[in-house]
Formats: sequence, C-alpha cells, structure tokens
Amino acid sequence: MTTTEERPVGFGRMPRKEDARFVRGHGTYVDDVRLPGMLYGAILRSPLAHARIVSVDTSAAEAHPKVKAVITGETLAGLGLSWMPTLSYDTQAVLATDKVRFQGQEVAFVVAEDRYAAQDALELIDVEYEPLPAVVDARRALDPDAPVIRDDKDQQTDNHIFDWSAGDKERTDEVFAAADVVVEQDMLYPRVHPAPLETCGTVADMDAVTGKLTVWSTTQAPHAHRTIYAMVAGIPEHKIRIISPDIGGGFGNKVGIYPGYVCAVVGSIVTGKPVKWVEDRSENLMSTSFARDYHMHGEIAATEDGKILGLRVRVIADHGAFNATAQPTQFPAGFFGVFTGSYDLAAAHCAVTGVYTNKAPGGVAYACSFRVTEAAYLVERMVDVLADRLGTDPAELRMRNLLRPGQFPYRTRTGWEYDSGDYPRALRLAMDIAHYEDLRREQAEKRRRGELMGIGISFFTEAVGAGPRKHMDILGLGMADGAELRVHPTGKAVLRISVQTQGQGHETTFAQIVAEELGIPPEDVEVVHGDTDQTPFGLGTYGSRSTPVSGAAAAMVARKVRERAKIVASAMLEVSPDDLEWEKGRWYVTGDPDQGRTMAEIALAAHSNLELPEGVEGHLDATCVYNPPNLTFPFGAYICVADVDADTGQVKVRRFIAVDDCGNRINPMIVEGQVHGGLADGLGMALMQVIAFDEDGNCLGGSFMDYLLPTSVECPSWELGETVTPSPHHPLGAKGVGESATVGSPAAVVNAVVDALKPLGVRHVDMPLTPAAVWRAAQGRPLRTDMAIT
Amino acid sequence: MTHISVTVDGTAYEDEVEPRLLLVHYLRDRLGLTGTPIGCDTSNCGTCTVELDGASVKSCTVLAVQADGCEVTTVQGLARDGEWTPLQRAFHERHALQCGYCTPGMIMAARDLLRENPHPGSDEVRKALEGNLCRCTGYQNIVRAVLAAAEEASASERHSAQEVTA
Repeated sequence: MTTTEERPVGFGRMPRKEDARFVRGHGTYVDDVRLPGMLYGAILRSPLAHARIVSVDTSAAEAHPKVKAVITGETLAGLGLSWMPTLSYDTQAVLATDKVRFQGQEVAFVVAEDRYAAQDALELIDVEYEPLPAVVDARRALDPDAPVIRDDKDQQTDNHIFDWSAGDKERTDEVFAAADVVVEQDMLYPRVHPAPLETCGTVADMDAVTGKLTVWSTTQAPHAHRTIYAMVAGIPEHKIRIISPDIGGGFGNKVGIYPGYVCAVVGSIVTGKPVKWVEDRSENLMSTSFARDYHMHGEIAATEDGKILGLRVRVIADHGAFNATAQPTQFPAGFFGVFTGSYDLAAAHCAVTGVYTNKAPGGVAYACSFRVTEAAYLVERMVDVLADRLGTDPAELRMRNLLRPGQFPYRTRTGWEYDSGDYPRALRLAMDIAHYEDLRREQAEKRRRGELMGIGISFFTEAVGAGPRKHMDILGLGMADGAELRVHPTGKAVLRISVQTQGQGHETTFAQIVAEELGIPPEDVEVVHGDTDQTPFGLGTYGSRSTPVSGAAAAMVARKVRERAKIVASAMLEVSPDDLEWEKGRWYVTGDPDQGRTMAEIALAAHSNLELPEGVEGHLDATCVYNPPNLTFPFGAYICVADVDADTGQVKVRRFIAVDDCGNRINPMIVEGQVHGGLADGLGMALMQVIAFDEDGNCLGGSFMDYLLPTSVECPSWELGETVTPSPHHPLGAKGVGESATVGSPAAVVNAVVDALKPLGVRHVDMPLTPAAVWRAAQGRPLRTDMAIT
Repeated sequence: MTHISVTVDGTAYEDEVEPRLLLVHYLRDRLGLTGTPIGCDTSNCGTCTVELDGASVKSCTVLAVQADGCEVTTVQGLARDGEWTPLQRAFHERHALQCGYCTPGMIMAARDLLRENPHPGSDEVRKALEGNLCRCTGYQNIVRAVLAAAEEASASERHSAQEVTA
C-alpha cells in the first residue's frame, strides 16, 4: 500500500500557476488573437452629446482601397440590430440611427485590412448633425423643461427611469421625529471609470460553412454573453462559442455587451472574414461602463449620547443615455439597500430615482458589488458627520454602535440577512495596528502648530456572492454557477468552472479548493474557464461572487467525487463504505490506517475492470450546480492617515491600515493582493479620479491625461491585518473579498481629509479630493467635481 | 514604405514599413511578438515598455522606422533556455502580478532601473516605476519583487566576487 506522507497543498500561500505565461509575455489576450484573413474594425463616434442625425455619407470611406465594409445604423436596422437590449431591460443603440445621445456614442463601423486603414477611413465618413441641448446635470434631468433624451421610447415623456425604495418610511420618519439629534449632508459619489489596463475588444469569426460563430471577447461573463447573442442575433445557442481568453483586468468594465462587439459580429457576417475590434483608451473611458454617479442626500438620527437610531437617504442616480446598468433584475439600485452598514438601527429608509442624462451608460462597475460602494460610502460619511456634531471620536462612536457577534445572523431594517461578523474585534485590531491613540496625540500636537493631519475610519459590511436564484437573476438567468470535475486515470484532474478570472487567480485558487477537498496537489488540477464550449453554464465573475458561488460549486463537486471515490475504495479494500474514513487524500479502514487507498490509486481503479457495486458507473467525475442560500457578508475596518498642505490643498496619504475579514482564506497571498489593488482603487477614487462633463456634455475625463490613476508614488505601503469569521452557510466558510477594499477605502480617505480640515470648519468635501477641491473647500467655496469648474 | 533592419530579442529582421507605423504595432502585428501590450493612447501607462539599444522606451511612442539599425529587447527575450531572470522569478514569488497586462512593461522598466541603480531603496523603486500603471496590485508587491530581485542580484555578485578572491 501507499501512504501520502505529506498533505498536498490545499489552502495556503501558493504562488500562482498563471504567472508562468504572464512574466514571459506569453499570455493570450484578445488583441493577441490572430486568425487567417482577419480584418480590423474601428468605430466612428459622435463628437456631440445630443444631436439629431441628419445624414451619414459613407461613400468616400467605402472607396478606400483597404476598406471592406462600412456599417451604419441603417445597415443594422435592416438586420433588426440597430438597438440591443441591456441588462436593465432597457435598450441601447448599437449604431445611432435617429440621434446621438452622448459624446463618444457609436455612429458607424468600418472594417478594413489593417487598423491604420480602418482609422483613416473613419475620417472619410461625413455625418451631418443638428445639435440639441444636452442634459448634463442629473439634478436637473427631471425639470419640466429638460429636453427628453429617450424620445425613441413610446410613452417616455421625460428623463425618468425608475423609482426604487427600501426600508420602512413611516417608521423611519417617526424615529427621526423623536430623535435628539438629526444631521444631514449632501454628498456626491462622482462618476468614475474602472479603466482596466486592457481595454474592451473582440475577435468575431462567423464560419459561413458550419454556421458557427466564435467570439473571442473581453468578457467577465462568457456564458451570459452567449445566451444574449443567441437572443439578440437569432443564432442558435449551440452554434455560438464565446471564448474569454486572458483578460487584462475587468473590474466590472467587461460584464455587459458593447456595441463594438455586435458590430464586429455583423462585420464578420458581412465580410465572411474574422473581424477584430479593439477600442483605444479614450473610447474605453468615454463609452464603456462608468461607475457610481450617485447624488446622495443622507440624514442620520441619534440620541445625544451617541446611539445611532436611523438613516434616511434620497438618491438621484445618473444612468446616462441608456439604462445599461448591470444588476439582478429586481434590484435597479443594486444592493444599495445595505446602506445601514455595520450598525444596529431602529429604522432606515432609502429612495433612489434613476434618470437619463446625455452621458455614456453604465453605473454598476469598478468593484462596486452592485452599488455597495455607494452604500458604504454614504453610511461611513454620515457616521463621521454625526461624530463631528456630537463631538465624539469617530472610532468611539463606531465601537459603541457596531453590531455585536451575538446578533448574527442579523436581519437589517432593509431585509438583508448578514451571515456572520465580529466587528468590534476587527476595529480594535485596526486601531492597534495604527496605534490609534498615539495618532490622535500626534494630531493634537500638529493642530497646535497649525498643521493639517487627519485620521479617517471606515467600517464596512460588504454583500457579495449574488445570489440565491429565487431572488436574483440577470435577464432571467438565475445566478447559480456550475462546476464539473473529472479525475483522470492517473490521478490528475480537470476542473471546469463557469466564472472567468481577470487576474484574481482562479486558476490557482480553484485548484487549491480541489486540493483541499481531494488531496490532489494543486499543480495536478487544471482549471478550465472562459470557453463556453468547454465549461458549465454560470453567470461569470463580478460582484466578488466567484468564491461565494463558484468556489462553493467547486467544493461541492469535489465532495461528490470524494463520495464516489469512497465507493471505489470500498470495492478495492473489500469493506463496506461505512467502514472507511477520509484523511490526507486517502480513504482508509476505520481502526486500521495502514489499510487505505490514495486518490491516485482509486482513480486508476475507477477506470479499471474492478467490479463496482450496482449503480456505480465507474470513472471519477461529477457535475454540480450551486445555488447559494444567501450572500456572504465580509467586512473590514480601515484607517487612513493623511497630511494636507493648507496652502496647496495637496493630500498625502501617509498610512493606510486595512483589516479584512472574508472568513476562511483559500490563498492569503492572493487575498492580500486583492486588497492592495482595491485600496489603490479607493485611494484613486478619493483623490484623483472623475469623469466630469462641461455644460455641453463634453466628456472631460476621456484620456489618461485627465483621468488620473494612482501610480506607485501616490500609493503608500499598505498595512494589512486580518480576522477570520467564517460564513456559516458556505461549504468552505469562505466569503468573497475582491471588492471589499474598493468598497471600504474611499470613505476612510475622505474621512481622513475632512478630519484634517476640521480646524477650518469643513464638514464635507466631495471626491475627488484634488488639490483644487481641497483648497476650495478650505476657502469655504466647495466646487462641483462632476462639472467643469466654472 | 521604408526599409528597416532591426534586431528583436536576438533575431534580425528586414522589413518594409509605413513611416507612421508605431514600434509597438510592428512588434505585435508584424512580428507576432504579442508579449508587449497596449494600455493607452497617451503614453501614460507604460505597458508597451521595451528596451531600445539599452534604454527603456514606451514603444507606442516610437516609430518602427526610428528603430532602424537598433536592437530591441522585449519581455519575450528575457528568459534564456527557459530560465527566468531574477526579476521574473521575483514577480512570481512575491505575487507582483495579477491580470498580467502591465507585467511585461513593469519588468522591462524595473530592469532599466536595476541597471542604473542596482541597490535601490523602496522610494527609488516607486519613483522609477511611476511611468508604469498597474490596476491590480496596488504596487506594493511589485516594489517588494524589485527589491528582492536587486537583493538576489547583489547576493550572487558577492558570491562570484568571493569565488574570484578564493
């Protein structure tokens, strides 16, 4: 017999399997795909935010010797494809026919022999526009005299999209009426963009002979894309293969279907050749999914001695010209309903109104977990505003009001059931790492000298792992995820999953899950993902849902295989399965550990002529679909220390402490990398990033010259801590974590800067806290960061 | 069309190119060396960083014709006989990459730094990599990896120095 001396690596800090190709330049991203005869597409975009299209003349472009096709809205209208459905049951123009509704909108698509010729041809297209007044300020979008953007829609007589609310309004009003203290604050979570380093792109290849469409695409949800292509283009779903190869970051930018993808498919059908379309950076920033853009009015009620009683929130949500927001069907404002955060309240209510403006569509993206970024920012700013009013230390106020471990599972006033948490422990740990009391002493000394130093705290509860099929679907597709596991005769395995990594390390961590469950070393587990012909159906990776949903599916499918292995082992050992115990990747006879069989031995036997009990088919494989019973609710305590130069408004984040609790950690090294990246996002949003517009609707954040991302210089050395509070309903006790840092960190930075500016009487500054914004706030003249400075 | 002779990762090429062709497109579309990606259109991101006659350049901001007579090294030319360079190993061991899209440029820029300054401090590393954006890692593990590679290089230098004196 064989023994497994050492436990194969399961959970732990395993360096990544996928690195080997990336460090040598051997990844395969969409723009690396080259097919015989491949042509290149390019998009002509609207220079205006709102204008009627009078005419489109493509004759000169068509005469270009290298141009193979010019596709316009009229061409697509003939195919019934000039508009496409969005993930919010709205429609979005693929190529504009009647009018353009945002600057950068798609107007025509050129297919040429190379990318330079395609760009040349764009300049040969002549479009005549009749300009219309643009709706830019979301707070004015519902004014009676506001131009109607969506006059294409029957019965649409204004720019209203939806009203959605959560919580008990009456009860909340009562609590507010009776409260000692009520403080209110307007705040904008400005429009930003996920800006993955790789832009969106696609290679569409319609094979006229087989009738099969293959699409290499930057998609976080390849299976959902396949289904949508089938619904939109009428191509049978089994004749569509979506391949999501290596993706150079997604961050929610690559969830939906963009007009460029549809145009490339049409281009391939029209020309009979594969067509590649890869957008450039300015196209990415101006036309693909933005994030946030919530104008929030928050009110918080409390007793004079600091017991938080209630929250009341009104939101105007700017969705741009088409409602293409990605979220489960019943949640038009995503999971904003978790805005009660980490506190035990008597009552809460929020009301969100979505409006159209002459801007690019989007909203849910950039690690927002379906609007939890906005929710967490709102509550964590409001708690600080309250602390300021009460004259209480913000850490102390939080510590007093945080939910206690004994309250979990905890049902919030807006109907969410938090799975588990030990909040005070996490906050204490963060304060210990920061040496919080010393920091406050240092701050007091600096204030005496007139220096501006701020300490900002954010305590957040995330809501990730969408989600239970009963409540959550995207375009009618329930949010369950499949997994398939096959153990080969020699004991190596292949795991096929429905989610799609964009750098989060699934090829490593999912192999670790199988390793943990089956004792097969992770190097011996190949993780297949991103190819709809080869993987089980599922909804893809976003909303930090991979570990909660697909990770659970991987664990469950491995357990199914383990049970099959048990029966095979019992046949091998000629004992009853009931007499077997599992340990270290082998089944052994109870009371006689020497009598056992390893997974490798069992795998070979399962494929041999070993006689198996009736009904056992042999081989060693299983499939599973995991329908999560609830979301997972990771949490964290963040502390930011910032210095502000009063003369220039410049903010320097000196320290950032992040304690995250995502339950059991599959690979702590990868979790830390996720947190580091999310913290940089949060710092970037807080200090530098905004997609602003001028009054004519010109996009002012359309390139990396204006849309500033943090570099290695702006980022401090992150200081991390962790606590472990497993999710009781997850098979591995794991929770999602990918978006936590992006959700939790902006409020910490803003709270730190506002804390620094406190001696100047500042109570709030809207992001991004650029030197101009901070300096103006210090002068008592705050500026609107979402509009051009006027 | 203009004739160019260029050596890329040790292989000599003779080509006819349009003067407007960017070096990064020449590498990617003409030579099929797709290990050097494109992340922006304003020369900010640095994903396309390669070495041109010993200096690190953003290849989206160099014309292919300007590389005439030059030697170009891309990330694909670093490993020898399958053996990774210390920087590549350090990036792997310190988890200094996630989606991998900035990695080629980041490694080329770090290589440039270590050539000029074999013993940088962490602030010097951060400053040297300011021209390379990363959206995944928050930079910290990249800094650690570069410091580790520098440390390894100087350790092996000390080692070979000892061998020589012995």
